[in-house]
Amino acid sequence: MNMINKDNNMQPQKRSARDFLELVSGKPWIWAFLAAGATYLATLLVVTNSAGAGALLYAALTFASFSVIVGVGQMFVVTLGPGNVDLSIPATMTLAATLSLKFMATDGALIVPGVLIAIGVGLVCGLFNFSLILLLRIPPIIATLSSSFLFQSLAIWSNRGVRVKPPELLAQFSTGGIFGLPNVALIALLVSVLAWCVLEKTIAGRWVLATGQNKRAARLGGVPVNAVRFVVYVGCAVLAGVAGFVLASFSGGANLNMGTEYMLMSIAVVVIGGSSIAGGNSNVPGIWGAALFMFLIVSMLNSYGLGAGVRLMLTGLIIVSVVVLASKRRHQI
Amino acid sequence: MVENQNMIGTREVPIITLAQAGVSFGPVKALDGADLVIMPGECVGVVGHNGAGKSTLVNVINGRLSPTSGTVSYDGAPGVADFRNSHRARSSGVRSVFQELSLCPNLTVLENYRIPYRNMPKAGWRKNAASAVRASLDAVFPDNGIDPYSVVADLPIADRQMVEIAIAFSRRDIDARLVILDEPTSSLDGAIADQLLAYIKTFCANGGAIIFISHMMGEIFDVASRIVVMKDGRIIENDDASNFTRDGLVDAMGHVVPDTQDVANILEKREFGPEVLRMENGLNARKGEVVGLAGLAGHGQAEVLAQCFLERTSDWSASRAPAVVFVAGDRSRDGVMPLWSIMRNLSLQTLVEFSRTFLVDRKAERGIARTWHEKIGIKTDDLDNPILSLSGGNQQKVLFSRALASSAPIVIMDDPMRGVDVSTKKEVYRMIRSEAENGRTFLWYSTETDEILECDRVFVFRDGEIAAELKGEQITEENMLRASFEMQEAGQ
Amino acid sequence: MNREHLRILLPVLSLGILLAAVFYMQPRAMSYFGLNLLFNLAVPVALATIAQMMILMVNDIDLSIGSFVSFCACVTATFVQTDPVIGYGILFAAILVYAAMGAIIYARGLPAIVVTLGMSFFWSGMAVLVLPSPGGSAPDWLRALMTAKTPILPVAIIAPIVIAVVMHYFVKRSSLGVLLRGVGGNERAVARSGWSVTGLKAFAYGVAALFCVLSGMALVGLATSADANIALRYTLLSIAGVILGGGEFTGGRVSPIGAVIGALTLTLAASFLSFLHLSPDWQIGAQGAILIIVLAVRLVFTRREALV
Repeated sequence: MNMINKDNNMQPQKRSARDFLELVSGKPWIWAFLAAGATYLATLLVVTNSAGAGALLYAALTFASFSVIVGVGQMFVVTLGPGNVDLSIPATMTLAATLSLKFMATDGALIVPGVLIAIGVGLVCGLFNFSLILLLRIPPIIATLSSSFLFQSLAIWSNRGVRVKPPELLAQFSTGGIFGLPNVALIALLVSVLAWCVLEKTIAGRWVLATGQNKRAARLGGVPVNAVRFVVYVGCAVLAGVAGFVLASFSGGANLNMGTEYMLMSIAVVVIGGSSIAGGNSNVPGIWGAALFMFLIVSMLNSYGLGAGVRLMLTGLIIVSVVVLASKRRHQI
Repeated sequence: MVENQNMIGTREVPIITLAQAGVSFGPVKALDGADLVIMPGECVGVVGHNGAGKSTLVNVINGRLSPTSGTVSYDGAPGVADFRNSHRARSSGVRSVFQELSLCPNLTVLENYRIPYRNMPKAGWRKNAASAVRASLDAVFPDNGIDPYSVVADLPIADRQMVEIAIAFSRRDIDARLVILDEPTSSLDGAIADQLLAYIKTFCANGGAIIFISHMMGEIFDVASRIVVMKDGRIIENDDASNFTRDGLVDAMGHVVPDTQDVANILEKREFGPEVLRMENGLNARKGEVVGLAGLAGHGQAEVLAQCFLERTSDWSASRAPAVVFVAGDRSRDGVMPLWSIMRNLSLQTLVEFSRTFLVDRKAERGIARTWHEKIGIKTDDLDNPILSLSGGNQQKVLFSRALASSAPIVIMDDPMRGVDVSTKKEVYRMIRSEAENGRTFLWYSTETDEILECDRVFVFRDGEIAAELKGEQITEENMLRASFEMQEAGQ
Repeated sequence: MNREHLRILLPVLSLGILLAAVFYMQPRAMSYFGLNLLFNLAVPVALATIAQMMILMVNDIDLSIGSFVSFCACVTATFVQTDPVIGYGILFAAILVYAAMGAIIYARGLPAIVVTLGMSFFWSGMAVLVLPSPGGSAPDWLRALMTAKTPILPVAIIAPIVIAVVMHYFVKRSSLGVLLRGVGGNERAVARSGWSVTGLKAFAYGVAALFCVLSGMALVGLATSADANIALRYTLLSIAGVILGGGEFTGGRVSPIGAVIGALTLTLAASFLSFLHLSPDWQIGAQGAILIIVLAVRLVFTRREALV
C-alpha cells in the first residue's frame, strides 16, 4: 500500500520536471539571449552614459552580423552530424574578400560582379571541400583544414601584402544603416530568415535534419544524402565568401588574417546557440543570441580593463563549458 | 537459497547460481525469474528464438548486467547485485565469447590476449602471450596455422573467430572454469566446428563448464549435457539433453502451428503479374507477390535487401515515383529519426510525393499522417508527440506507414517485426495481404517462421547465397530448416 | 611482410626520395652542418607529432596542440628560466588539465574537435598572459642541449631517432601501449574486460601533454625566445605528420616510427620548397597539398588491399 502511494506521488513530480526540461530543450536559444542581455547590462555598469548604451548595442549588432552569416553556414554543416565541421571558413572568407576587392579595384561600377566573384569563390571552395570529402573519403575536419591551407596560400599569393580598398559606395553602404539598424545586420537578418525558412518550411530542410540524425536511416528513408551534404558544404562556403566580402567592405579592405577569429566563432555561435553538436537539430534564433553574447562578452571584458589574454581564455572556457553542460542536458532527457 | 540447500551433501559447489534472477528495462522484462545452477563439468545448451532472453541471461552470468530482482552467486558465495559482479565473474573464471567479434582488429593476436588479462606479469609478456595463445589455438583447433604475431584485421573471418575462442580458453592467472560461447561456429566450416565441439567435450570432462548458445540443433545435441529452452525472457525448460528430441526442442521454443484459416489463405491460388525484380543472385519477384527471405539470421539476407534498395534509388536525387521503399527492422540504426515527432517520421519518405513544390505541404502531411494513424492504429493521442514516446511496436507501425504511404511498387522489409506484439503483427499481415492484392510487391526478410509462412514464395539463404526456393505447399518450417541447416549436417 | 610493414614503407620512401632530391640540388647539404640545418626544427615538430599521435590513437583529434605548445614554450622562456619550481609546477598542472580534458571528453561523450578547439583559445589566452609580447629567454642547459655538438650525427637527427625508438617500445611493445591502442581499435572490448576507458583516455591525453611540454621546451631551446603564436602551425603539422607516417584517424592504427618520419618529411619539405625558390606564400599551401596527396595515394593503396 505504502509503495503504491509513494509511486503515485512520484508521478506528477516527475512529469512537471520533464515538462520543464522539455520546455528548456525546446527553446535552448533563450539561454543565449539571456546571457547576452546579462553581459550587456554588466557592461553598462561601466559605460554609464545613455549614448554609450546605444552605441554599444549598435556595435554589437554590427559585429554579431558577421558571426551570424558564417554561423548559419556552419550550423548547417554541424547539423549533418558528428564529425561534420567546416574549418576552412576563415580561409574562404579571406580568399573571397581578397579576390573580389582586387577585381573591383575601388571601382564602384563593379560592385555587382564583385559580389558575384565573392559568391563564386565560395562555390569553388565548397566544391573543392566536398569533393575531398566524397571522392577521397577524407574526414571533413581534415579535408576542410588542409584545403583551408591551400585557400590561404592562394589568398597570400593574390594579395601580395597590398591592402585594396573597397569602392567608396560599398564602404559607405556596409558601414551605414537604415531605420537605426546597421546594413550589415540587415544582411545577416536576411540570411538567417532564409535559413530558418529552409529548415522549417522546405523539403530540403527536412532532409538536412534527417541526415544529421541518422545518415543511414535517412538514406533508407529516401533522402538523397549526398545531394544534401553537397548543398550544405557548398552553401556554407558561399556564406563564408559573402561574409568575407561584407567584412572586407566594412573594415576598409581585405587582410590576410581577417578571418582567423571566425574559425572558432562560427562553431561557438552554433554550440552556444543551442544547436546540437550531435547533429540533426538546428537553431537559427540562437545564433543571433550567441553572436551578440560573444561580442558583448569581449566588450564587457574590455570595459573592465581586462587584456587579450583573459579574453581569449574566457572565450575558450565558455565554449568548453557550454559543450559540457549541453551534453549533460542531453543525457538527462 | 533453495539451490544452496540442494547442494548440501554434494562434493561440488556450483560455479554459478541464479535464483529468481530478473532484468527489466522499464516495463520490458528481458529476463524474468530465471533459476539456473551450473556445476563444473556441465555443458549447458541454451536455445530460443531471437529476443527470447538468451543474451540477457548470458550478460547476467558474466556480470555485465546486474539483475533487478533475484540474486546471482558465484562459487556458492552469495552475490550482491552491483557493478562488481563482472569482477566477481572474472575471479570465478567466467569468460565469454560474444556473437559480434570482440577483438581489437588493429592489434595482433597475442596483443588481443592481453586485453582481457587483467593481472598479467609484465616481464617478457610478448613471448609468454605468444606461447599461451599458440598453446590454446593448438589445443582447440589442431593444425590451424594461425600466427600469433599477425594482425587480426589481416586474418580471414573464420580465423578471427578461432582466435577469439582460443583466447577465451587460454591459460591465465585465473583458469577458465565457465566459458560462454554465443554462436561460436557461425563463421567456422564444418571440420573446424567439429574440432571445437570435440574440445568442449574434453574441457567439460576435465571439470570445466560451458554455456553453449547455438541455432544449430546438431551441435547442441552433440555437446550439451543439459539443455535450457528460453522464451519471452523465461526459462521454460531445463532438463538433461537426453530427455529432448530435436522436434521436442523446436516445439518447446515456440513452434508455430498456423491456424487452419490462415493455411486456407495461403493455399488460395493467386495470379501474379510480370516479373518486376531480379537480382544477380537469382532473387526475383513478380508484381503482387509477397516474397520471403528466410534462413538463419546473418546469412546475407539483410545485405541483399540493402543492396536491392540502394541499387534502385539514388544518393543524389529523390523521385516523386520511387521504385522501392524500405521498412527497417533495426529501428534505431536504420529507421527512426529520434529527435522528430511521429508525424515527421511518418512523412519522411513521401515528402516529395505529396508536396507539389519545394516547400513541405503541411496540410497534405497532416492528412497522410491522420489517415495512417487510423488505418494502422498507432497508439497515440497526438501525432506531434516525439516518436520515442511510442512503444517499439508502435514505432514500427510508423515506419510501416512511412513506406506504405508511398506509391512505390516494391516494398522491402528487413525483419520489421522485431519486438512487435502479436496483435500488431496480425494487423500488419492483413495490411500486407491487401496491399499485395492491389498489385504491390513485397520482399520480406524475417527471422520468424510464422511470418515466412505468410509469403507466396520463399528464398532460403545460407552463407550469403540462395540455398533453396520454396513455393506454395513447399513453404513449411521443416523445409526451411532443412535448407538452412543442410550444409552443416553434411559437413559433419 | 605484413601490412604493418607496408604501411611504414610509404613514409620511408617519401622521406628517402625527398632527401635524395635535396642532396641532388644541394650536394653540400650532405654534411654534418647541412643536415643540422635541414632538420633544424625537426625535434619540436617530431615531439608535437607524437603528442597528436597519442590522441589519434584513442580515436580523438586535438586541435589545440599548436596553442598548447606555444603556451609551454612561453612558460619555458619565462618561469622555467627564472623560477624553475614554479615553471615546472605550471607545466605539470597543465599536463593534469590535459588528462582531465581527455577523461571528460570520454565520460561525457563530447566531440573532441569542439572541446580541443575551445581549449586552443584557453591556451592561447594563457600564453598571452604569461608572455604578453615576444621575448623571454631559454634556460642555459636547454640551449646547450639543443645545440650540442654530438659526434657523427647532429642532435636534430639523434633526438628524433631516440624519440621514435622509445615511443615504439612504449606504444607497440609494452602491455600498456596495447591497451591504449585497444581503446582505439575496439573500445567496447577493452571496457568489457574491466578496464577503465576513461582512465586510459586520460592517460593518453596526459602523455600527449607531456610531449607537447617537451616540444615547447625544445622549441625554446632552438629559438632562444618565445611568443604566444610561436607554434600555432603545429596543429596541422602534427596531424599531417601522423597521417604521412601511416597513421589513421580512427581505429588505433598509428606508428610512432612512422609519425617521426612524417615529421622529418614535413620539416624537410619546408627546406626543399625554399631550395626550389618557391615563394614562401606557397609554403602553407604546399603542406596542405602534401596532406591531400598522401591521403589520395593512401586511398589507392587501401582500395588495392581491399581487392586482394
